[in-house]
Amino acid sequence: MAESTLTKKRVAWRIKLEPRLDEPPAWYPIAVSVGAVVVALILGGIVIATAGGNPFLSYVYIARASFGSIGVLSDTIVKATPIILTALACSIAFRMKLWNIGAEGQFIMGAWGASAIVLAPVLPAETSRWLFIPVMALAGLGMGAVWGFIPGYLKAKFNVNEIISSLMLNYIAVSWVNYWIFGVWSEGGFQMSPKFPEGASLPRLSDYASSVPALQGLTTHGGLLFGIVAAIILWFIVYRSRWGYEIRLIGDNPQAAKYAGINIIRNTILVMALSGALAGLGGMSEVAGVVRRLQTSPIAAGYGFTGIIVAWLAKLNPLVIILVSILFGALILAGREIQPSGIPKMIQGIILVCLIASDFLLRYRVRLVHGEEE
Amino acid sequence: MDFVIILQAGVASGTVLLFATLGEVLAERSGVLNLGVEGMMLIGAMSAFSVTIATGNPWIGVLVAMIVAGLLSQIHAFIAITLQADQVVSGLALTLVGTGISLVLGEGLSKAGTVSLMPNFSIPLLSQIPVLGPIFFRNQSVLVYIGYLMVPLAWYYINHTRPGLHLRAVGEYPAAADALGINVFRMRYIYVFVGGMLAGLGGATISLAVAPGWFSELTTGGQGWIAVGLVIFAQWDPFRAAIGSYAFGALRRLILDIQAPLLLFGMDNPFYYNPYWGFFLQMLPYAFTVIVLVIGSREAIRKRLGAPAALGNPYIRGERGK
Repeated sequence: MAESTLTKKRVAWRIKLEPRLDEPPAWYPIAVSVGAVVVALILGGIVIATAGGNPFLSYVYIARASFGSIGVLSDTIVKATPIILTALACSIAFRMKLWNIGAEGQFIMGAWGASAIVLAPVLPAETSRWLFIPVMALAGLGMGAVWGFIPGYLKAKFNVNEIISSLMLNYIAVSWVNYWIFGVWSEGGFQMSPKFPEGASLPRLSDYASSVPALQGLTTHGGLLFGIVAAIILWFIVYRSRWGYEIRLIGDNPQAAKYAGINIIRNTILVMALSGALAGLGGMSEVAGVVRRLQTSPIAAGYGFTGIIVAWLAKLNPLVIILVSILFGALILAGREIQPSGIPKMIQGIILVCLIASDFLLRYRVRLVHGEEE
Repeated sequence: MDFVIILQAGVASGTVLLFATLGEVLAERSGVLNLGVEGMMLIGAMSAFSVTIATGNPWIGVLVAMIVAGLLSQIHAFIAITLQADQVVSGLALTLVGTGISLVLGEGLSKAGTVSLMPNFSIPLLSQIPVLGPIFFRNQSVLVYIGYLMVPLAWYYINHTRPGLHLRAVGEYPAAADALGINVFRMRYIYVFVGGMLAGLGGATISLAVAPGWFSELTTGGQGWIAVGLVIFAQWDPFRAAIGSYAFGALRRLILDIQAPLLLFGMDNPFYYNPYWGFFLQMLPYAFTVIVLVIGSREAIRKRLGAPAALGNPYIRGERGK
């Protein structure tokens, strides 16, 4: 007897995994995501420390430089605006398990399309803002949709992997815009187009400072409205419309969708085009609201890739995307002045890694059990 | 324009893609799709360059690059194999992490100056063969020759050896392989690691042989993604991977060289007189990747060939039909 209790004591604790059969409580996924981001920030801190930086100062700096005052908060929202639209673009495609990672290229082409209205010029420079902005928005939506349509069509008709084709189109979009700003639309040999006229730019809060003095110096622009309206419309499409139901069904169970008579080929093309259009609108909002000229570096700044992470962190929910985008806007805004300059990108990557890893906790219950229990 | 010189440089440049593509072929044959190739190549290029600066020995640089990229790949292996997460998103995250870490740790490396590179040499008899000799065997980097050896070796290993059979079994029907006593999880970890090492070797081939130096993200410029596309074109076969890689390498060189001369085929070179047309040339590798994918995908449908059956699916013991 004594011997057997001894062996029992020696049985080690071990980790046991049980598939979750019930829905976890509503707070649980949120807690897991927040936990994943905290772990990511700790891991990022370790790499920063390895590279010779001070992680605590870096993070405190990020917080202060992005939320510290109304002025920087406004700048944070400016950075969040393109991310909202690219994340919405990714979310609708991911919902159908279409891996559109070409939001970057669709964003750039949208910016180009909107710029072409001004620079070609399609509309004369003295056109009223009430005509200019809608036409530019349509051009941005349209060019983005074309850039999303291509991988969607190739996927639907030839079963071409949309991940690679949409990514290749990113590089093509950058070269395309470079051709125009280095050559055709170059201003005095510089790698940028001339400045847009006043009518072709989205109004900023500071434009109204003459009537409301508190708005002095605030850079938040009308593109934010595009983002919010698009998010609300997309929420209704996904959760409240028949089309959204089809998209969700194809994503969750393509076989069942097929048997239910849903046209997968048509939906693949449509969803990729819609995804591209949303990213393209983001590009339009960025040229018309922030840069106010066509120029590669501030346009092709990786908003498309950040959109992927934001969409994932928001669990593809369009309204949550707005909130998460603001956090990532903060990271990017503050990151501009942090050395080494790769830190924001690295932290974004680590956050995505931790997020995917944490999904495991939603599917499995992890328990410490005594070895003898089985 | 001397086409022999362009093709010679093209073979060297294609070796980068060859290593990365072969690595991805092995990982995918085991059933794991790793989209982190771009990130692994970048971290390989960065560590090869910085270690070579520190030690002065490019061989150590190459070795460290392979180990570091292999270790990075294990993040993906853990998430995709053990945690059974979506391999697409995980691979994408790996690219972002690899790129980010490379940029942080590679800060300042671009001004680090020159390093000793991997040695170049000619193969005595083979380099005398007309046309083919100078292209393949004259004054090439040792890494290029390693690439030549690796293609038939990988082919033989996959198709004609016992571990190769196990590899294919794990990628096609892991449940059956498991029933035969093959450790599916360990095999997949190993091949993801090998894939990572080869991607790191590809990165080191850039920074220590083909285009020496560290140019942040532009060092690879999307070649990791092209490699992922080439795997589909190659239909998971090493020889087809080699053909695709060298063709793309030659295309890259042609794009660089076509812009230099005043005359092209006896006419005024339009790319010399209109330098902005060069941007259209720069699109070509990416456009060709899409075209090659269309060809590869159509052929796969016609011949009923396809990816390894279990590609992208996590293996979960006791679950049916995977």
